[in-house]
Amino acid sequence: MNKEEIIEKLKPIVAPFVKNEVAFANLTDKTDFITDLNINSANLVDIVLDIEEAFEIEIDNESMEKMLNIENTIAIIQTKLEEK
Amino acid sequence: MILKKRVVITGLGIVAPNGVGLDAFTNAIKNGNSGIKHNPELERLQFSCQIAGTPLISEEVKRNYFSELELRNFNSTGILYGVIAGLDAWKDAGLDIENNENPDWNSGTIFGTGTSGIEKFREAIYKIDDFQTRRLGSTVVAQTMGSGISAYLGGKLGLGNQVTTNSSACTTGTESLLMGFERIQQGKAKRMLVGSTSDSGPYIWGGFDAMRVCTFKHNKSPEKGSRPMSETASGFVPGSGAGALVIEELESALARGVRIYAEILGGNVNSGGQRGGGTMTSPNSVAVQKCIMDAMADANINSTEIDVINGHLTATSKDALEIENWTKALNRKGTNFPYINSLKSMIGHGLSASGSMECVASILQIYNDFIFPTINCEDLNKEIKTLISSDRIPQQFIKKSINVIAKASFGFGDVNGCVIFKKF
Repeated sequence: MNKEEIIEKLKPIVAPFVKNEVAFANLTDKTDFITDLNINSANLVDIVLDIEEAFEIEIDNESMEKMLNIENTIAIIQTKLEEK
Repeated sequence: MILKKRVVITGLGIVAPNGVGLDAFTNAIKNGNSGIKHNPELERLQFSCQIAGTPLISEEVKRNYFSELELRNFNSTGILYGVIAGLDAWKDAGLDIENNENPDWNSGTIFGTGTSGIEKFREAIYKIDDFQTRRLGSTVVAQTMGSGISAYLGGKLGLGNQVTTNSSACTTGTESLLMGFERIQQGKAKRMLVGSTSDSGPYIWGGFDAMRVCTFKHNKSPEKGSRPMSETASGFVPGSGAGALVIEELESALARGVRIYAEILGGNVNSGGQRGGGTMTSPNSVAVQKCIMDAMADANINSTEIDVINGHLTATSKDALEIENWTKALNRKGTNFPYINSLKSMIGHGLSASGSMECVASILQIYNDFIFPTINCEDLNKEIKTLISSDRIPQQFIKKSINVIAKASFGFGDVNGCVIFKKF
């Protein structure tokens, strides 16, 4: 799965938690979940659970700690998909 | 000695089995409408008591109080009822919900409950036992922590004063009001949102069903099931809901120029210590009487000034004992006894929510000049009839100006609360 495909699949997962719609509309791989999208940090676990379900992967705690922006999230998803 | 601040009630909110919202609830209690219904889930689970009081909340109404995100994985009826009642009371008091940088330092909440999010807790327990702890998501703690309801309300309203939850079984609602009252009296807050809530459903009611304290005789006649002060009372009907009151320093209410429903003159909470006749589940009558007498002393009123009592009166064998305690504490009996009524005849026993729902009903009577009927006591308990005159227990709506109402609640753990409200 390429970067663009992953982003398209990520958007609806992230959408319910977003508090800054402008930043969300201008999403890039540098976009940070907390500082840009103003997502409540407690909700990051919910996003990870939804990603696991959507991509049929399992994300370990170490990887999860790094999933704070789009770029890292894409990289981790790609790694996990390759490991499947 | 610093002069205590006077405290008045400026906002009310109610989520009751026989009416959600002030207008619906006021009409229901005036007309003696029962909110007790057959509960198919309790029947499926083979409860002895298969009837209950549950407020009806549509999905549409939910969305007026919670965001889509908040409703994701939301499974706490107690928080649902409490938030609706609490926000309604806030708006009813003419207060805005603002999104300022700083919280409102002068306003807080003491909002009680018995347990929180018991269905959510059940969900979590099943997952944990299935080695799925990592899949619980972020929503379990806020919905199952005891203080969940006050945390939700504090956040929605931006409260910057004390935000906490009290818990004292069926005394909870009356106690929350008195705790907020004292805080304002002492000048530590200008305004407090007080009240209480209770989850609905089998997991909150099961323990009571097992104790055989709920009626099993009215599964085919739900509306006749809750029978406080009746000779054929056979146990309480489980209920749920929430009541909320905005209470406020008199000066603040006058400065805002808002409607004042009534004044809180005083009150008392105490415990029988599970000594004397008191146990975990039975009241120590000495403590009950002392609580009522101390409440009158705190309010600086004489027992003859009490026009109406809104009793605890659950429809168990303890109703006659409660009336006896009132006659002794007030030193009034027979035809000299005040009017007395029981909201539980219409909505069942809302457990931790009962005290606040009954406080709201009490205030509505003072403000709107009426006494609501107690239903299902056409066959008055014989022992009660020897203590007070039958006409002291209205079975029909009475239009009447009321000056003072005494409201009491009693709970497991041998705890008591009594508050005195006065027309303003």
